[in-house]
Amino acid sequence: MSTSTQAGPGAGNSDPYAAGDGYGTTDGKVFTVTGQDWDEVVAGLGEAGDAERIVVNMGPQHPSTHGVLRLILEIEGETVTEARCGIGYLHTGIEKNMEFRTWTQGVTFCTRMDYLSPFYNEMTYCLGVERLLGIEDGDDPVPEKAQVMRVLLMELNRISSHLVAIATGGMELGALTVMTIGFREREQVLDLFELITGLRMNHAFIRPGGVAQDLPDGSLDAVRDFVKLMRKRLPEITAMCNANPIFRGRLEGVGHLDLEGCLALGLTGPVLRSTGYPWDLRKTEPYSGYETYDFDVQTWDTCDSYGRFRIRMNEMFESLRIVEQCVGRLDKLVGAPVMVADKKIAWPSQLSVGSDGQGNSLEHIRHIMGESMEALIHHFKLVTEGFRVPPGQAYVPVESPRGELGAHVVSDGGTRPFRAHFRDPSFTNLQATSVMSEGGMIADVIVAIASIDPVMGGVDR
Amino acid sequence: MNAVSLPLVTGPSLDSFGLDTVWVVLLKAVLIFAVLVVLTLFNIWFERRVVARMQHRIGPNVNGPFGLLQSLADGVKLALKEDIIPTRADKVVFILAPIICVVPAFVTFAVIPFGPEVTIPFTDTVTPLQLTDMPVAVLFVMAIASIGIYGIVLGGWASGSTYSLLGGLRSSAQMISYEVAMGLALISVFLFAGSVSTSEIVAAQGDLWFGLILAPAFIIYVIAMVGETNRAPFDLPEAEGELVGGFHTEYSSLKFALFFLAEYINMVTVSALATTLFLGGWHAPFGIGAIWEGANEGYWPLLWFFGKVFFFMFIFVWLRGTLPRMRYDQFMDFGWKRLIPVALGWTVLVAVMRLITIEETFDRQSLLITLGVITGLLVVAMFVPSFGAARDEAETEEPDAPAKPAGAFPVPPMPATGAVRGAAPPLTFADSGPRPGPAQAEES
Amino acid sequence: MELYTPVLALLALAAGFAIFSVAVSTLTGPKRYNRARLDSYECGIEPTPQPFGGGRIPVKYYTVAMTFIIFDVEIMFLVPWAVYFDQLSWFGLIAVVLFLFNITLAYAYEWRRGGLDWD
Repeated sequence: MSTSTQAGPGAGNSDPYAAGDGYGTTDGKVFTVTGQDWDEVVAGLGEAGDAERIVVNMGPQHPSTHGVLRLILEIEGETVTEARCGIGYLHTGIEKNMEFRTWTQGVTFCTRMDYLSPFYNEMTYCLGVERLLGIEDGDDPVPEKAQVMRVLLMELNRISSHLVAIATGGMELGALTVMTIGFREREQVLDLFELITGLRMNHAFIRPGGVAQDLPDGSLDAVRDFVKLMRKRLPEITAMCNANPIFRGRLEGVGHLDLEGCLALGLTGPVLRSTGYPWDLRKTEPYSGYETYDFDVQTWDTCDSYGRFRIRMNEMFESLRIVEQCVGRLDKLVGAPVMVADKKIAWPSQLSVGSDGQGNSLEHIRHIMGESMEALIHHFKLVTEGFRVPPGQAYVPVESPRGELGAHVVSDGGTRPFRAHFRDPSFTNLQATSVMSEGGMIADVIVAIASIDPVMGGVDR
Repeated sequence: MNAVSLPLVTGPSLDSFGLDTVWVVLLKAVLIFAVLVVLTLFNIWFERRVVARMQHRIGPNVNGPFGLLQSLADGVKLALKEDIIPTRADKVVFILAPIICVVPAFVTFAVIPFGPEVTIPFTDTVTPLQLTDMPVAVLFVMAIASIGIYGIVLGGWASGSTYSLLGGLRSSAQMISYEVAMGLALISVFLFAGSVSTSEIVAAQGDLWFGLILAPAFIIYVIAMVGETNRAPFDLPEAEGELVGGFHTEYSSLKFALFFLAEYINMVTVSALATTLFLGGWHAPFGIGAIWEGANEGYWPLLWFFGKVFFFMFIFVWLRGTLPRMRYDQFMDFGWKRLIPVALGWTVLVAVMRLITIEETFDRQSLLITLGVITGLLVVAMFVPSFGAARDEAETEEPDAPAKPAGAFPVPPMPATGAVRGAAPPLTFADSGPRPGPAQAEES
Repeated sequence: MELYTPVLALLALAAGFAIFSVAVSTLTGPKRYNRARLDSYECGIEPTPQPFGGGRIPVKYYTVAMTFIIFDVEIMFLVPWAVYFDQLSWFGLIAVVLFLFNITLAYAYEWRRGGLDWD
């Protein structure tokens, strides 16, 4: 480079962008990220006679790599001859942080992993903790209303997550209207979430032992309206995409991966179901009473991106069916408890909407501050220290919109997890990137990635 | 203004040009320049507003009335941005590229007829509403427009970045591919007009637009013009989903603005050319000229002309709001394997038909209209096999399942029904019943 | 020549505007030196070392270019024929059909040999 003469001492071999003296710029330090076998790739490129090889980084700062996924592509003209993933640009240390928080606080952390399907993160973690606590069954199980509410929220979440998958996929194809429509519908779901949990994303609503709060007034009607609206609008999206020859031409036969490949790489979710194998944990290993709901597992037989798109569309309709059944059940469960009765586990603080729109339940505060010293001590101990979980380990996977999402929670008997490790489907499914995209064109890589629908928050955790 | 009575209702011919004095030429050149710049600012706003409506958004509505000054504000902002020349760029070519791109975009408009001969207000000078015309005007447009491609290719090459290079390569291959189809589509227009001069082609469409009698050529031209201008669904050179920004990834400040300007002027140019060649140019549409004498005189034709141009602009925006981007190979296939054969076939067909009608005096218009409709249907039909073929490919990939090589990864048996589209029967496991799990806990 | 000179006026105007824009942006914009900013964009990663100009360009593009030239020349031959079509009559038509037949033959051959395929 022509500017290398300005370099500081030792510039010949050191990273010119390394943090430190900050030379080479007039406005602050420049940081770059390296990693994996990138240095070897670069070294290999420098050799003479290798002029044919063009290696290009797609991502992390790229419009269509779903956040900060980095793809290292070796290209020949328009054809991709080799593709590798680089991950880690969104590492947030969630799993490690959870080891330093109580079991209940863990929910608040893990909900932020896969930010498009927060309820599933909470759910698999809570199922694991509940299994360790032994409150799945027995005298004081997680109450039925909590289970139904969890199913309701998860299925709504599946709709919103699939909508984003289709919307961003459409955007990456250049169909911006698909994107705006998808996000418009997702907004409806987020409004429901806000109504029910108080937050649009990162709810921390599902807690070990139940859910944080009861349904607010009018929420079931809102859900009913939503279902009605979606039954009208989802077919419109389907029609808009299916009738479009360019859309089909871009998706069909792209990102092919058969059953054998899926199993060898541990792929789950729509990618696996696009091979025609109806593997859905809601059916094969039901949790939260999924076996009592009437719904079908959606599959396709083409093993390609188009099949995955159709599966996502169909699954949204199935989710609407489940949501309707949940609403029917919740109608009969007005006033039922939503948290285990065990006061050693149930979160003591009660919330109620005050005149300012939010806040603690004044009644509860009066109780602990003015009436019962024991209640105050109990409240204080449970909130600051948390409850103890018997030693052991548990892994209860759930079927997230992207595939099998599981939390391996290990307890040493303390008030904090000894280890919480998540098997995130985005991470596992990303392994298929090279298989799906090598030999295709650059544009196909984007489609293949979009059909996997990875969420980098979940990949890097 | 309507004082001038023209000898021909159909407008000026080639003889009307080359008579202007210097100051009239300069005035017209400045006006064309100003119109193009203002039209670009307007079109950017127009596109953003219209596409916003299609996407249930509002679009820019803050700066100026209805947000009309938004593009101007963007332009000023771009001027205040740092002008970056990457270290790996070839500096001379890098700076030249946007200039090469934008100058031809302006120049092509020299031969576009805006209207008939008019008197310039406050003077006695009579002049056609067109800077100049020449015997090869349409070829002039195509030739000059091709020079603009150099700007894109050189800009992509000189940036020294892989994305830019790919975008530049794509655009060169794309533009030359669609130029063939475009050129072939124009042949039938020349054939009917008997001229390549824009003003004479407009004059030849006094009674019937070529867009109606030469509908297939019109359709081919419209498809090719979208491809020529790098617009969705053919916006591969700047496919932001793949190539970030394509050829202008490395450009910033006003250099980027020049590329942007060139793209929008090119859109107007191809729209204006389409108007001139197929939609009767500045002639009043829908037979308005028949009921209202003055519709094709004075400055009124400007209204019809720009109305038709905005019709095409709307088509551009509509396409962008509706269609995803094509893949590169599909795009090239479409150009080389569908558009060109159809255009070739149409050219021969139209020549034969015209000769028959000339020699043997059939009712040529009704004949051509029927023929046009039939061929138009054929053109529509050529879209159909494109995804039919894709489906075939998907199906041919299927029957590799039975022969599993030894040592292949073991797979579980598929359900009895095999792979299905839609609701699948649940998996059943032969060895055991439902597994003990939280499910049973629920029931107790 | 009178017909062509007005183009020069527009050309001068457009060129002046373009050159002025390029020149003025160096004055109006800020200047803050930053090595990373002057690197070519590769999605936030230090750019991969590459031969200048991207190395050898795949031969595919040249086939397209050559096919294009053939067709473009063909169009150039067709234009005068189209303009004087009415005078040339049957003679012109037969001559052009023969000419197009030759081109189409070569075109069909190239198609058949996969010269128009991208993969």
